[in-house]
Amino acid sequence: MKVTFWGTRGSLASPSAETVRYGGNTSCVAVQGSEGTILILDAGTGIRNLGQSLPSDLKRVDILLTHLHMDHIQGLPFFAPLRRKGVEFHIWGPASTTMSLSARLQKYLSPPLFPVSVRDLSAELHFHELAEELPAHLIEIGEFSINAQLIIHPNPTIGYRIQCAGAAVTYLPDHEPALGERTFPHEKEWTSGYALAEGADLLIHDAQFTEKEYQSRVGFGHSSIRHAFEFAELTSVKHFAPFHYDPTHSDDELDFLFAETIAELHPSYAVTPSREGLSLEVVC
Amino acid sequence: MSQQEIEVILARHLAEYLAMPIFIVNPDGDLIFYNEPAEAILGSRYNETGVMPASEWSTVFHPIDHDGNPIPPHELPLVIALTQHCPAHKIFWIRGLDGAMREIEVTAFPLIGQAERFLGGIAIFWEITTN
Repeated sequence: MKVTFWGTRGSLASPSAETVRYGGNTSCVAVQGSEGTILILDAGTGIRNLGQSLPSDLKRVDILLTHLHMDHIQGLPFFAPLRRKGVEFHIWGPASTTMSLSARLQKYLSPPLFPVSVRDLSAELHFHELAEELPAHLIEIGEFSINAQLIIHPNPTIGYRIQCAGAAVTYLPDHEPALGERTFPHEKEWTSGYALAEGADLLIHDAQFTEKEYQSRVGFGHSSIRHAFEFAELTSVKHFAPFHYDPTHSDDELDFLFAETIAELHPSYAVTPSREGLSLEVVC
Repeated sequence: MSQQEIEVILARHLAEYLAMPIFIVNPDGDLIFYNEPAEAILGSRYNETGVMPASEWSTVFHPIDHDGNPIPPHELPLVIALTQHCPAHKIFWIRGLDGAMREIEVTAFPLIGQAERFLGGIAIFWEITTN
């Protein structure tokens, strides 16, 4: 599998001279399988650049949304293939207890929040609500087998474990497994996201806050960088890519925070902080 | 390793922070957690009892009515919540694992998660009298 990061920022796009290296676009990751199938994880502002890079004869696109917060869907209407006829679009994501995935997305893709509505798009859209068969929904797309499960984050939010040719990538971009824990990490059985991440070849995980910031943001649905490293250790992953950076964290601050955490925790796995444009080959 | 459902994890977190005694069971009826206030009423720490099947927890506390008659498991509020998927409420006596008799008032309800998944049940109880 080839994993490419197109947007690594959390909450709000934050382009500036201070965020050039890690990137200012919000969550979007492309995963390409051994037979060429492409999955798109979330549709933050990074998806616009991804859309420019895809072949013009693309016939099918699968977008796996973790949830519908703005930083994960804001780029969707700027994704060029959506305006092409003949492209089959599959959008996977959570419903809520009262509204369908399509209806929830249309709250954003309609006036007054956005001038173009879903029905004005040229592509052929198919919506797949994963909540229907949670907790252990298994999706088969091309050469991929994908597990989708609820994880701790405000509003229904799904994490994904993507498997291909024996390798596994786990994507938990917005995740607060330490919520409610007096000590973290705690028992594996009682840890959100554990089953999705256990033994993964690559874990992409929320690393939004410093320890100090987290103390005043408990319940916001995000992890401190330290908690993310500890979750990676608990789940025995082989490679960890911190992700979903706070918009206020500059490149230099992120460099310092990762170096500090690695020096303190001595992780048993490889660490490669995600940054826009970075591609990782994942093999088992 | 399997993992508890997110809704159940969150329910346990809530129970750990509340001062009200709370007892959580999974869809099979297995006791999977009770909090510290419940430990005081049940007379044992959860870490000591651990996971307990319904056949055990529904009898081990020897529930009896006000006339001293044993209450069969199917009349207990939490068993009703589990089997009938509806809320139930009852006042009765139990004998804690510490040997003390306590009159308790119990409200139980089924735990229904996203996509109408049945995830078990929760009982909240209040101690009325201790003998």
